[in-house]
Amino acid sequence: MPAPHSPAPSGGGGSVPPPLAKRAARRRVPSLSLSGWIGAAMVALALLVAIFGPWLAPNPVGAIVTQDVFAPFSAHLPLGSDYLGRDMLSRIMYGTRLTVLLALAAALFAAVCGTGLGLLAAVAGRAVDETMSRVLDAVSSIPTKMFALMIVAAFGSSLTLLVLTAGISYTPGAYRIARSLAVNISALEYVQVAKVRGENAIYICCVEILPNMIHPMLADLGLRFVFVVLLLSSLSFLGLGVQPPYADLGSLVRENIAGLGDGAPVVLMPAIAIAILTVGVNLLIDGLPGRGKRLRLRRAVEAR
Amino acid sequence: MNQTIAALIVKRIALTLLILLIVSMIIFTITNLLPGDAAQQALGQAATPETVAALRLQFGLDQPAYLRYLHWLAGLVRGDFGLSLSSNLPVSEMIAGRLPKSLELAAITTLVSVPIAISMGILAAVKRGSLLDRIISLGTLALVATPEFLIATFAVLVFAVKLHWLSALSYGGEIDSFHDFMRAYAMPVITLCCVIVAQMARMTRAAVIEQLGSSYVEMAILKGARPARVVLLHALPNAIGPIANAVALSLSYLLGGVIIVETIYNYPGLARLMVDAVSNRDMPLVQACTLIFCLGYLILVLLADLCAIVSNPRLRT
Repeated sequence: MPAPHSPAPSGGGGSVPPPLAKRAARRRVPSLSLSGWIGAAMVALALLVAIFGPWLAPNPVGAIVTQDVFAPFSAHLPLGSDYLGRDMLSRIMYGTRLTVLLALAAALFAAVCGTGLGLLAAVAGRAVDETMSRVLDAVSSIPTKMFALMIVAAFGSSLTLLVLTAGISYTPGAYRIARSLAVNISALEYVQVAKVRGENAIYICCVEILPNMIHPMLADLGLRFVFVVLLLSSLSFLGLGVQPPYADLGSLVRENIAGLGDGAPVVLMPAIAIAILTVGVNLLIDGLPGRGKRLRLRRAVEAR
Repeated sequence: MNQTIAALIVKRIALTLLILLIVSMIIFTITNLLPGDAAQQALGQAATPETVAALRLQFGLDQPAYLRYLHWLAGLVRGDFGLSLSSNLPVSEMIAGRLPKSLELAAITTLVSVPIAISMGILAAVKRGSLLDRIISLGTLALVATPEFLIATFAVLVFAVKLHWLSALSYGGEIDSFHDFMRAYAMPVITLCCVIVAQMARMTRAAVIEQLGSSYVEMAILKGARPARVVLLHALPNAIGPIANAVALSLSYLLGGVIIVETIYNYPGLARLMVDAVSNRDMPLVQACTLIFCLGYLILVLLADLCAIVSNPRLRT
């Protein structure tokens, strides 16, 4: 019986960690493909802006610097001005910071919950595993955007709530991968030996299983980060995500959408900033050697 | 079709129904958890204890939650989604007006995207490792991570504002001619296609590559069959199952994509109804829309799995 969302019915096996010597060798040589390096550079740029944005920004985030709304690019305003005449570059720098922070928090939440539940499913026995898998299947069969919209309708959209919503939406995906890794690893001999030795479940999870699934889970964290960025900026774009006075990159697109009629390219800038971040992470993970192949197929069903 | 396959299919459909039931519970729970209740919400400033109590009675809010859930579920089965809080119209009526529009958009997008995506996927798989394959792979990889509203705003800027070919708003009345049709659908369909084609092409490529790596293909090549013959007559018939699976899964992207696309182009479909309902916190409408989108998603995933089951030669004894 295939799991309801696995793209191919033969999904099960396959991610047994390579022998230690090989892994050490791979760690020494960072063999990224060319597109991987391009992705890494894009991510580095976005992270740099997210961390140092407030010091790099030429103007304060709320300051109206020109009378000229939707001003074109110039030496004074490299990315033009927004609908109130504020500096777009500075707004994007602050917006990137908020987008990255929110998405990172939500992706970490999803990864930690997913990994925890996945480990639990692997050691707690069949009944727990089955129940949890079915319930999380049901959660993941609510398309993430609909789920998020429903939560916003019910509870409103504070920053904490947005992070929790995105985190919960992507927990089932992280769980599914963590569970399949953990189940595979827990069938290996050295884990069986530890069980026979009389180690308790917590020891087996944390010391025997977890260290061997941490690498694929990190790659998965990266992909989940991309989904969350896309989800949260879509919500903000609809006006249902981050609310003023805060502005993430999605809200920047929304508030300047009126400029589209005049053909002001300034509308595109925050959207391009999002794309640099998400496409960069995608290229980087795709360029990693040997990893992410399974993850990429899975993303088909979870992303949107 | 033999018994194993039939049993698997029945089991799979039963599982879908079970998941649908759990989904309805999740939706009901979340939409009923809000502090204060729908009566209070609906009356707003005009709420006095008496009117709230009267409206609570009218909504049936005085009953315990599980009874209300069963009542709601019974209504759903009959096609009765309750009354919209903001317009006081039956939700089923409001949805009936919008759903065909969204399905129309989805159908046109499917018709346009599937042939493009499948040919791109097959081409990339056959020319694996070539420049063309690298371009398709990287292009689609970048495109799946691009937010829809970047594609949409870019399309508006280029086609509507700079070139004046199409109008930025999608829906301006009756469709009488091909010209009207293009004006109404071209932009939303282009935007939706971008993301879906990318995803579908990637999955098709993976499915065909898997077939091309199998030993019967090697055998055909060694027998001296021409490459076109190997791909079209040997590999493709066996890849149809996985490709159909990929198509169905990629189409589930539509469900998320339409929300942005209908909003940005002002297209009067179900997704925009849902966004408006969320802004107004019109819970019966939100419940109904969410449930319909989930149903659509579950049907697509079910179709994908059924394609995989039926096309799996190991089950065909």
